[in-house]
Amino acid sequence: MNLVPCRYRVESSRPETADTVSLTLVPVDTPIPPPLPGQFTMLYAFGIGEIPISVSGTTGDKLVQTIRAVGAVSKQLTSCRPGDIVGVRGPYGTDWGVPAPAGADLVVIAGGIGLAPLRPVIRHAVAARDRYRHVAILIGSRTPAELLFTDEYADWRRAGVEVRTTVDRADTSWSGHVGVVTTLLDGLPVDPEESAAFVCGPEVMMRLSAEALIDAGLPASKMRVSLERNMRCGTAVCGHCQLGPLLLCRDGPVVGYDHVAALMTCGEL
Amino acid sequence: MDATYELLKAHPFVGSMTAYEVSRLAEHTTPTLFAANTRLFDEGRDAETFWLIREGHVRLDALIPGRGPVVVETLGPGSVLGWSWLFPPRRWHFGAQTISATHALQLDGRAVRDLCDRMPELGYKLMTGFLQVVVDRLQNTRIRLLDLYGDAT
Repeated sequence: MNLVPCRYRVESSRPETADTVSLTLVPVDTPIPPPLPGQFTMLYAFGIGEIPISVSGTTGDKLVQTIRAVGAVSKQLTSCRPGDIVGVRGPYGTDWGVPAPAGADLVVIAGGIGLAPLRPVIRHAVAARDRYRHVAILIGSRTPAELLFTDEYADWRRAGVEVRTTVDRADTSWSGHVGVVTTLLDGLPVDPEESAAFVCGPEVMMRLSAEALIDAGLPASKMRVSLERNMRCGTAVCGHCQLGPLLLCRDGPVVGYDHVAALMTCGEL
Repeated sequence: MDATYELLKAHPFVGSMTAYEVSRLAEHTTPTLFAANTRLFDEGRDAETFWLIREGHVRLDALIPGRGPVVVETLGPGSVLGWSWLFPPRRWHFGAQTISATHALQLDGRAVRDLCDRMPELGYKLMTGFLQVVVDRLQNTRIRLLDLYGDAT
């Protein structure tokens, strides 16, 4: 088990929103193994600290990691400039499990920065569009300015993917949907027997989305959610990311909703 | 009338009603088609109508000085638009405007209130239906008040 970070050079830093950037990272040393959609890495801002960040894209050995500035480490990482060096360990954890069964309807529900770990799933669905029946991406955000990857929606739509967006708080420039993300499910063609759902965002939003999907007839066993706790080691040793019987750095972050539905409603475990 | 009855019967809001009850409601229903960006009503005006949306989307908005009309919610197919006609002072609390071409069933609020007085069982089902609409919107509003995305990781 290699816990030594590999050095990666920041090739580019792309602002996504006012507080979120996507870093494209190029290996300086031997690269980490290719991450699967949904897996995360531990990103190390030297001298500051290390945090888990999901992978929002890959190109060859390059990693794209989308980071929101909320704490000391993430603020340091989001301020990185091309040429800066960061440490990368991983990839860790479980993945979304794509490809899904051929002929399935895919429902992707993302809230806020939860779209970042789902982007590889969307890119897979776009690339393998003929494999699936209906593919829908439902995206919720606090405000229009906080929607991620907006310049990619047109490409996704052109590929035959239905993209629905909503915001909690509109401004006068917004002519789209306003309301909680679960309202985007209204009228969505979903075959309960032949569907797979992938949900990522704030935990309450994931729970409400999963329950709305259950109301639409989708079994919990066909939904996967991405959970996050205080991941430190990434290798199921330190126990910081424990959720009941799970160590989410190893058994998650992506888990079947049928396995965690009860855990997600417990105040304390 | 038959066509209106069929359209009304197909709307989820009247799912619990008998054929006879739907037919009585249909007497006060007018199928309507609004072009995109049609102003349906303004805040503070008299409210004597409600709509069952079949296709299209409608925005609810509030006029905020200095910011213009701010959208507070979007309603789509299967939704009910308007409950201010139910209770005094029967004035709209928000404004509404279509976003896209919208097919809706327009119901005469005054006539429906009279019908509910004469047919308490229908009235009970209608009020239960509206209560469910209010509860759903309240829950959605509560969720938005949590400002979930502000804490997203």
